Amino acid sequence: MADYTKMWQDLGLDIESHEALLSVLGKAYADIFLVQKNRPEGMKYFDFVMSEVHGLRIKEIMDAKAQGRIVVGSYCTFVPEELVLAVDGVAVGLCAGAEFGFEAAETLLPRNTCSLIKSVFGFKLGRVCPYLESCDIVVGENTCDGKKKAYEILAPLVKDFYVMDMPQVKSEMGRKLLREEYRKFMAKLEMESGKEITPASLKRGIEIVNEKRKAMLRLNALRAADPTPISGLDALLINQVFFHDDPVRFTDSVNKICDELEIRVKDHTGVAPKGTTRLIVSGCPMAVPNWKVPMLIESSNAVIVGEESCVGERSTRWLTDVKGSTIDEMLDAIVDRYFNIDCAIFTPNPSRVNHVKEMVKDLHANGVIHYSLQFCQPYIIESNPVEKELEKSHIPTLRLETDYSQEDTGQLKTRIEAFVERLKKR
Amino acid sequence: MDGITFDRLTATGYGRHLIKGSIDCPVISEISAFVQGARFYSNDCQSILDIGGQDTKAISLDDKGCLCKFEMNDRCAAGTGRFLEVMAAALGFTLEEFAAEAILANRAEKINSMCTVFAESEVISLISQGADRREVALGIHKAIISRSASLLKRVSSAGKIFFAGGVALNPCARSLLETETNRPVFVPPDPQMVGAIGAALDAAEEDWNL
Ligand code: SF4
Ligand code: SF4
Repeated sequence: MADYTKMWQDLGLDIESHEALLSVLGKAYADIFLVQKNRPEGMKYFDFVMSEVHGLRIKEIMDAKAQGRIVVGSYCTFVPEELVLAVDGVAVGLCAGAEFGFEAAETLLPRNTCSLIKSVFGFKLGRVCPYLESCDIVVGENTCDGKKKAYEILAPLVKDFYVMDMPQVKSEMGRKLLREEYRKFMAKLEMESGKEITPASLKRGIEIVNEKRKAMLRLNALRAADPTPISGLDALLINQVFFHDDPVRFTDSVNKICDELEIRVKDHTGVAPKGTTRLIVSGCPMAVPNWKVPMLIESSNAVIVGEESCVGERSTRWLTDVKGSTIDEMLDAIVDRYFNIDCAIFTPNPSRVNHVKEMVKDLHANGVIHYSLQFCQPYIIESNPVEKELEKSHIPTLRLETDYSQEDTGQLKTRIEAFVERLKKR
Repeated sequence: MDGITFDRLTATGYGRHLIKGSIDCPVISEISAFVQGARFYSNDCQSILDIGGQDTKAISLDDKGCLCKFEMNDRCAAGTGRFLEVMAAALGFTLEEFAAEAILANRAEKINSMCTVFAESEVISLISQGADRREVALGIHKAIISRSASLLKRVSSAGKIFFAGGVALNPCARSLLETETNRPVFVPPDPQMVGAIGAALDAAEEDWNL
């Protein structure tokens, strides 16, 4: 790997802590991903991306900045990448998945804050995230209470923090609010980038993101095969890379791996023997390097065949209609697309459980693991009715609640193994 | 395992994966082991409650007697057998005396904390305030059983309960479980052995050469 120390210093990173974080990340990656058997060749690209996640990709982003492009970071799949691309900007996801800097985070946040938020603060206060440090605008969206209140504390710590309000109900008023927020965000992007959003640039943004999502839909559909051609861990990784790679190159790489997986499916080869227990994971998003639960599942005689999560289908499933020719029409199409997202911050949120049921059917899953981060009220509260509804539909469901620590792995493993044994006995 | 001979082996329990490397044998979770073990003793229980030394498990069975839902207590020893041991010692009872005396109490002292450390100091301060040791003992039993009963309620609410784990030997815990849940309770002859018996049955049942 090239020496990026100078670049990291220029970004203001704490070199020592950053090194420590990278070495933990590298080791975890080797232990969890590289040891898997029968991985598709196409994963090499993603292995490379991960090995350069704070290196080459950051260099590309810095080069883009030098060419006058702006970098826009966000913490939620409600922030449309299409709009960022329409001003030729770079969109990066900033959600953090490591137990890093929690002590520092807890000086600003209550202990009973979800790990994702604590991690975001840990990364900021510890100065270890080059994505965050390279951002010209950081967008905080008013989704869950945890995030929206934490953003009040985060705002003064970053260069240009931009708050986007969010509806909580799927009503006509809610849709209007979202549209108005997206329109304001467009103005903000135009102002910061000095570039005007034109029908052509917006169309291009929509098309790039549609292609990226189409590639993910293709990948998801291939996982319906038994034996499944790709592990859940690898598929999760691709979903994670979705949020910070160059979108066009990413799309290309996903399509390439899909070509390979198609051959696997035809040849009936896969990562685990035919008949291996197949699970859907549903719930909170899993940001890099939060791989704990999928790793435990896939080392317990089961494979994950789908993620109903924002790092998963909840982010990738709908496409934006491209028929419109004016900015207004295209904005409407974008709002229509994003207003589908069935995040638990909405009340009520019936389409989410219906989607889980569809996934179970389409991907031939044997059961569902509902994953919540501890202290995440929206998903934990929703997990109870979701479990009831799934069990009522004869879909065995296991609810897990955990955080970013490794303390509970023994307990989790017992529960996951017992659940898999339950499914086998059926 | 030196000096012990066996035809087949299945590992279960907390350290089940640690055996890998020394002996290559199948592994099942303690939850499944309890289900199999319970079926050996009874065929009419709808749920299993296991209060062991370190954790508590509540399991529901479907109409074929197979594993359905299950819950385990949280990460620490709160409300487990270990908790009872510590509390008995704090009261100056042996475990046998602890249960026997608790049954004789007319009323129960309220114990607010389920954390072993806090409950111990709560008990000590109750005693120093002159509370009756029997009543405190009953209070402790009540606290752990009502906690276990609510764990059980999350997985099933009717039918006979198969009570396993060392705490099932405690007659006070047993009768409190019956009154608390309003369900019949069955205790097998060696309740601490249920998981081990389940693992043995599993080893006997499966054809591991597959
Ligand atoms: S779970 Fe909700 S708040 Fe979180 S990224 Fe998804 S849509 Fe946004
Ligand atoms: S995991 Fe839950 S609490 Fe945490 S940021 Fe996401 S929605 Fe909010």
